[in-house]
Amino acid sequence: MNVKQIMERFELEAAAGKNGLAREVKGGYCGDLLSDVMANAPVGCVWLTVQGHQNIVAVAVLREMAAVILTGDRPPDPDTLKKAEQENIPILRWPRSAYELAGRMYALGVGAPPPG
Amino acid sequence: MLLREFKADLHVHTCLSPCADWEMSPRKIIRACRAAGLGLIAVCDHNSAENAGAVMSVGRRHGLAVLPGMEICSREEVHVLAVFGELEQALTMQEMVYAHLPGENRPEVFGHQIVATEADDVLAQNPRLLIGATALSLADIVRATHALKGLSLAAHVDRPTNGLIQQLGFIPQDLNLDGVEVSHRISPAAAQSALPAIGNLPCLTFSDAHVLSDIGRAHTGFLLEAATFEELCLALKTTRGRRVLA
Repeated sequence: MNVKQIMERFELEAAAGKNGLAREVKGGYCGDLLSDVMANAPVGCVWLTVQGHQNIVAVAVLREMAAVILTGDRPPDPDTLKKAEQENIPILRWPRSAYELAGRMYALGVGAPPPG
Repeated sequence: MLLREFKADLHVHTCLSPCADWEMSPRKIIRACRAAGLGLIAVCDHNSAENAGAVMSVGRRHGLAVLPGMEICSREEVHVLAVFGELEQALTMQEMVYAHLPGENRPEVFGHQIVATEADDVLAQNPRLLIGATALSLADIVRATHALKGLSLAAHVDRPTNGLIQQLGFIPQDLNLDGVEVSHRISPAAAQSALPAIGNLPCLTFSDAHVLSDIGRAHTGFLLEAATFEELCLALKTTRGRRVLA
């Protein structure tokens, strides 16, 4: 599954980085402490966070993420959008809680272990 | 010009902070700071400077220099110290903070927020949710502090709660901080090697005192001509012989 398919499936709004929508999604991660995310997020994941600060783009590049999803209707900072465009990191927005979106994505197979 | 060492503690709470002890009243704070040999302090309560004036008055009477400040919580939930030379500047900053600080305090949950007089009497209780996060971004707080000629120091960057490095992973290059504070748990030298993110920023340590017995547990020495805000600014830029002492 790629970022675009997830975006369409959950009607996420693309705030930046539309050039990166073809990226393959290999898993997911939730976290708002960037030090934790830098240490633990899996490569190729979609990352669900409420942090809109520009540092999220650097963290996404570092962990080679597929996309960042801002949850809870949190807006990205203007600098975040600029940096995401430069790095082609999709910044998507979701109006409700990370819990709900993570659960629905997991049920769809994102980040779940392969069957058998 | 005669330069000498001043022991500074730029992070002292008062009974206005909900998490601070009732005993952190202006006179008792000044007494404890003098006993600890401090020559310069700043009052930095959570998101408020309403007790700074009272502590400054008591400090003046007892020959201890007191600067007004605040420990502001950004929307990223990063704590940053804003320290000023004049009370009016701190109160202007406070207006901006209050305009972006939602919620009401619940004393039974978070603690009492006592606005005190110079005589250590209770003047009022602050009704705002001072323990909360403002809607201001970290970058906005640093910019506004500098526009009011204040100093902007990231608080307790070694800590797992509300420290800049924990919350944001690293220090954004364009943030223009005047320095970082580390807690009493680690020396600035040890912090600089353990936390490469600190880089070349001045690394200072203060008490973050919430109870009287915390006062004196950490301080930073500055080589200054006098205990003033202007001299402190020179030392942070290592200018005209003024500097931070290791």
